[in-house]
Amino acid sequence: MSTNRRNILKGLGTLAAGSVMPFSVINVVGAKPAESFTFAFVSDSHIQQIKGNQFVRNWDQGLKRAVAEVNLMSPQPDFVVYGGDIAQLALPAEIDHGLDILSGLRPKAHYILGEHDYYLDLGEYWSKQLGPHYYSFDHKGAHFVMLNSILTDEQWVNKWSSGTERMGVMAGLDDPRGSPFMVGAKQRAWLKADLDKVDRGTPIVVFSHSPLQKIFKNWNFWTDDAEEVQALLAPFDKVTVFYGHVHQIQYNQIGNISFHAAMATAWPWPYPESYAQAPNQLPVLTVPMNRADPFHERDATGWQFIDLHSGNATLTYSLTDNQMRKIGWSEKHGHPVDFDYQDEQIAAQNHY
Amino acid sequence: MASRTFIVATLTMAGALVFSSNATVAEPPLGLPPVPVPADNPMTPEKIALGDKLFHDERFSATGDVSCATCHERDKAFTDSPLKVSEGINKATGTRNAPTVINAAFHESQFWDGREPDLEGQAGQPFLNPVEMALASHQPIVDIVKSDPEYQELVRAAFDIDPIEVTPDHVVKAIASFERTIISGNSPFDRWYFGGEDDAISDQAKRGFEVFLREGRCVSCHTISQNFALFTDHKFHNLNVGFQRVADDVVEMAAAYAEAARNKDEVDIDVLTNPASSELGRFAVDNEYPGLGAFKTPTLRNVELTAPYMHDGSLETLEDVVTHYVNGGALNEGDPINPYLSGGIRPVDLSDEQRADLVEFMKSLTSPEFAKLARGAQR
Repeated sequence: MSTNRRNILKGLGTLAAGSVMPFSVINVVGAKPAESFTFAFVSDSHIQQIKGNQFVRNWDQGLKRAVAEVNLMSPQPDFVVYGGDIAQLALPAEIDHGLDILSGLRPKAHYILGEHDYYLDLGEYWSKQLGPHYYSFDHKGAHFVMLNSILTDEQWVNKWSSGTERMGVMAGLDDPRGSPFMVGAKQRAWLKADLDKVDRGTPIVVFSHSPLQKIFKNWNFWTDDAEEVQALLAPFDKVTVFYGHVHQIQYNQIGNISFHAAMATAWPWPYPESYAQAPNQLPVLTVPMNRADPFHERDATGWQFIDLHSGNATLTYSLTDNQMRKIGWSEKHGHPVDFDYQDEQIAAQNHY
Repeated sequence: MASRTFIVATLTMAGALVFSSNATVAEPPLGLPPVPVPADNPMTPEKIALGDKLFHDERFSATGDVSCATCHERDKAFTDSPLKVSEGINKATGTRNAPTVINAAFHESQFWDGREPDLEGQAGQPFLNPVEMALASHQPIVDIVKSDPEYQELVRAAFDIDPIEVTPDHVVKAIASFERTIISGNSPFDRWYFGGEDDAISDQAKRGFEVFLREGRCVSCHTISQNFALFTDHKFHNLNVGFQRVADDVVEMAAAYAEAARNKDEVDIDVLTNPASSELGRFAVDNEYPGLGAFKTPTLRNVELTAPYMHDGSLETLEDVVTHYVNGGALNEGDPINPYLSGGIRPVDLSDEQRADLVEFMKSLTSPEFAKLARGAQR
């Protein structure tokens, strides 16, 4: 399948109709079959206030670009999910400025919290603008769960002299004073109750800001209670977890759960392995990030277009000034593969 | 150094074309690479002479008074400066500023949006565009060439065919061959940078070149190579010029454009006759996002002579162009910036002196055969 941009704009009609998709829609026994549909995934804009109504131009442009490109999709995606970190320091001005840009989206948007939206006031302003910190909804036969995965323990939360100080520490990628993210017992109990009402054959789609798998603790590419959350998802036939935070393409399969990360609209992070000081158990970097050209400020940023078919996801990464990447479920391999770059000899990493 | 003047001589001595016996172009002028010549259209003095005549023939227009040279006039550095956009038959205006033919031979695609791959493809389109020469087909050109005794002789010599066999393909090949002689380097900058003549340009122009290479970020798109400088990356960039005309409608326009799937002749007509379509830029050609509002990087050679600037001729002076870039794609600070702006365009902090230096550098790119135009140029 070619992944040029023309397909996205001109071929979506056929994609949605399934005529060029390499996958067939499989009816799940005992459940109402999930329909094939599409949605967009935008994440990590890090809108940053300089002072007053001045904001960092580069981050503004990245989010504006994503909004403009989503609006160009024809036909339009059913909805958009925003993967967290609208703001850089959770300032109301940053959240409002980001939401002002996002209000240009033509499809409806669903939001989850990132740590950059949260640690100033523990999500109070975000919640005022956008509602509950975690929730679920159903769409065309699939069950969507929107988690707040960037919580941490109470003791850490309360040890700082101000929310500003706390936010500043958590905003650093590699700050040793930070604290591991978690979903937490209360939310896990809610999740269990929520999932208890869902048929085991229903495709489950989970959004979390941090990965619900343990990749690299120092950078909080990590959720401390990932195993507990995964256990709650284990009974379902098909589960896909989407996350932001890492600003790069990642995909993985753990049991029944497919994992996919989002590119940021703001800036790219390197793969953590390149910074590791000691032997580690990071998943192997299989396809290095293709940096189109660091001269372009949109280099290695972008957003995702997701086609959910038979409960499985295919992501098209729309990368500004760069070639698109397409990653999706492979029936043959039993895990997601990169349609263009994945060396088929490299096994999926599943040691967590 | 004498060999470097060969091509220049073809420009200044009308008809007296100087080519070596095997019809390959002599060593290119200082600052330019050899002219790329397609294998199926070798250059010969006879073909060039035919192309020269065709290029200047006003009979190939619906009103009989517009030729290629109308908008690409030698005495205006092969543009129609100072017009913002070109005028065809009956003063009909198009949507775009006439790019110079000088050194177009080196471009990897032709027209502002690159909708034709080569000079041969380009040469055939203006004859038919309703706001240019507005012929219904190429047949009138072929008819004139077949019946005009002067053309009959030139066609025989150029293509070794009976004139009755002439086709539009012969016409565009001859014009393209002529255009491949319109190349021009050897500017003061070339003599300094490639020729080692220390005093060929002023200290101010040298400082301007430093700005061009560094803080100005100009060279990233207006590229230079080790042995030559074309000052273009041959790519397409959205510079936030003219795009506000369509900013509110772009979603519907883009979808409709992709849906319409026009052929290339229809695109040629649409983008020059419909000001809104014109602003879609490269997108009108390839229907791909990154091309929205994007236009080809033009060369900077002889830029002093080709005002006004940008695809729509909306910037009057080189100073305005510099200001536009300094502001990150806005002539006036605070002008709205469209979301498709090229990632390479961002505000740059240049002092007034650096801006003036940059303009002085650009003026050092004027080739000697056009220098007299510079002296008379409107500033």
